[in-house]
Amino acid sequence: MQQKKGVLAWALILIAVLFLLVMLVLPLVLVASEALAKGWQVYVKAITEPFAVKALALTLEATVLAVISNTLFGLASAFLLTKFAFRGEALLGACIDLPFAISPVVAGLFFVMLFGRMSPIYPFLRAEHIAIVFAVPGIILATVFVTFPFITRELVPVMEAQGRDEEEAAATFGASGWQIFRHVTLPNIKWALLYGVILCTARAMGEFGAVSVVSGHVRGKTNTLPLHIEILYNEYNFTAAFAVASILVILAIVILILRNLVEWRAKRGLKHAD
Amino acid sequence: MPIEVQLQHIKKTFGHFQASNDVNFAVEKGRLIGLLGPSGSGKTTILRMIAGLEQPDSGDILIGGRRVNDVPAGKRGIGFVFQNYALFRHMTVRENIAFGLKVQKAPAAQIRARVDKLIELVGLKEFGGRYPMQLSGGQRQRVAFARALAPEPELLLLDEPFAAIDAKVRKELRGWLRRTIHQLGVTSIFVTHDQDEAVEVADDIVILERGHVEQMGTPVEIYQQPRTPFVANFIGEAMHIPDYTIFKGFENGTTEGAHEGILRPEFLEIGANDHEMRLPLASEDGIVRGVYFRGSNAEIDVEVKGQLLKGTRSLEKTPLHEGDQAKVFIHRIYSFAGGRTQILENRAKQVDSVVI
Repeated sequence: MQQKKGVLAWALILIAVLFLLVMLVLPLVLVASEALAKGWQVYVKAITEPFAVKALALTLEATVLAVISNTLFGLASAFLLTKFAFRGEALLGACIDLPFAISPVVAGLFFVMLFGRMSPIYPFLRAEHIAIVFAVPGIILATVFVTFPFITRELVPVMEAQGRDEEEAAATFGASGWQIFRHVTLPNIKWALLYGVILCTARAMGEFGAVSVVSGHVRGKTNTLPLHIEILYNEYNFTAAFAVASILVILAIVILILRNLVEWRAKRGLKHAD
Repeated sequence: MPIEVQLQHIKKTFGHFQASNDVNFAVEKGRLIGLLGPSGSGKTTILRMIAGLEQPDSGDILIGGRRVNDVPAGKRGIGFVFQNYALFRHMTVRENIAFGLKVQKAPAAQIRARVDKLIELVGLKEFGGRYPMQLSGGQRQRVAFARALAPEPELLLLDEPFAAIDAKVRKELRGWLRRTIHQLGVTSIFVTHDQDEAVEVADDIVILERGHVEQMGTPVEIYQQPRTPFVANFIGEAMHIPDYTIFKGFENGTTEGAHEGILRPEFLEIGANDHEMRLPLASEDGIVRGVYFRGSNAEIDVEVKGQLLKGTRSLEKTPLHEGDQAKVFIHRIYSFAGGRTQILENRAKQVDSVVI
């Protein structure tokens, strides 16, 4: 494919570049320029304002918890799906994809129905003073729900391709389940796992729909960054909205860099280890 | 020699597929056994059950006199060489070989000494720091072999050890494996679908068909006294003769049953004329229907009494051509009438030997 590029190739490149400019670069530039429209001081004030800091903290908390629980769940389910044969395997696979298929808003409503006032278990929750909906646990649950397929879906193809042979070989030497996982399975899947973690993190931080339904929008309590941005925007406080949005943009860029770094390392690792 | 491995009435099904149907055999200590059978005959399943990677539905497996049905793979004292080697891809050659000792928490110095010894044995001393991906098929196989041997197993199990290696290296490796296993004296069982490989490598061959043992014996026994038509067909080349009584020297046949027989190319002597035949009167007339050059000899298709037979002929003799007249002497025929094997020798030879 080293021939001279024809007209068609140039046309395709032009379309791609234009598309990216309009859809990606322009919005990013806009966010930055709007955020700094009223000067540096206003920007700093907007992002250090207590509600913004609280929202950032809640977003990070939900993200970290979602990533931890989904890493554990992802490893377990991918292991189950690829290394064992059992009844209902296809069903489990389909269930794992569910969050991809249904709208996050529906997922949010589902949690409201399950734990809110209309729920049959609501009296019990109230008696025990357990708040789930319109409180932090609801936000975490919603975040976990929408992000749980990412790690499993990254791991399954890799583990499928590697088969069970190495694990069986380790078992013939008397390695325990933990030793097999630690010395054989994990090193073989580490890059796929890390990649899944990064995707999961990115999605968790940006989640809006499901969280919006269960949050109740209590400032300083149940607002995540995306929700906070929406509130500021609806109050016509554009500068502050874009300033806070820029934090999410910066986080996204950091994740993007990490993602590429992992991909590059994984490809290099493949050269000798795959 | 004491018995090292014994299988008693082993049965195993996968869904509706009967992988093992009452399998019985015993392996003496120090022997090298080849499990031979067509694909789907259940040979790999047997190997995996001995290893503990698969559980029999019923029956007992004994290793060193101990019933091991409920003993996990890692505690059976076996070493397993997988068909595609299953080397740990992220570990170097040395780390791969050391793995078995490492999980047993052997002292580091002992592990090092053992790895040194084994890497020397398999001739991969310079490759200790390489990853499996950087090795050729033959080298990987030897790493898998060394890795399986590292914890000093009582029993070595090899699943199609030569299947993934190209033809030339395979030939070399067969000889090497046979020598090395005998030198170490470790009881070994390998699985193969290739009869040449089994005959060349194994001390004893177990022939499997549809989940049960057809025959067990040395390669010579199996070759010379096939117990069932399946074995006769599977080992060596075989031709079916619907009725062997049409041929000279076999007119009487056996008293019982049908006169169906099996012939091998090496049972035939094909001559250009009477002068080439030791017993011209007992020879049949035939017409050459095909001549194929086979390197070390020529393969001849010859039609005798409407029956197409395959034989061989030395390239040193007068060459035969398609359509030529030929003389054919049949030395022997296998008969399986009455459910047992009989080797029928040409009567002309018996008469002859009586005279002399």
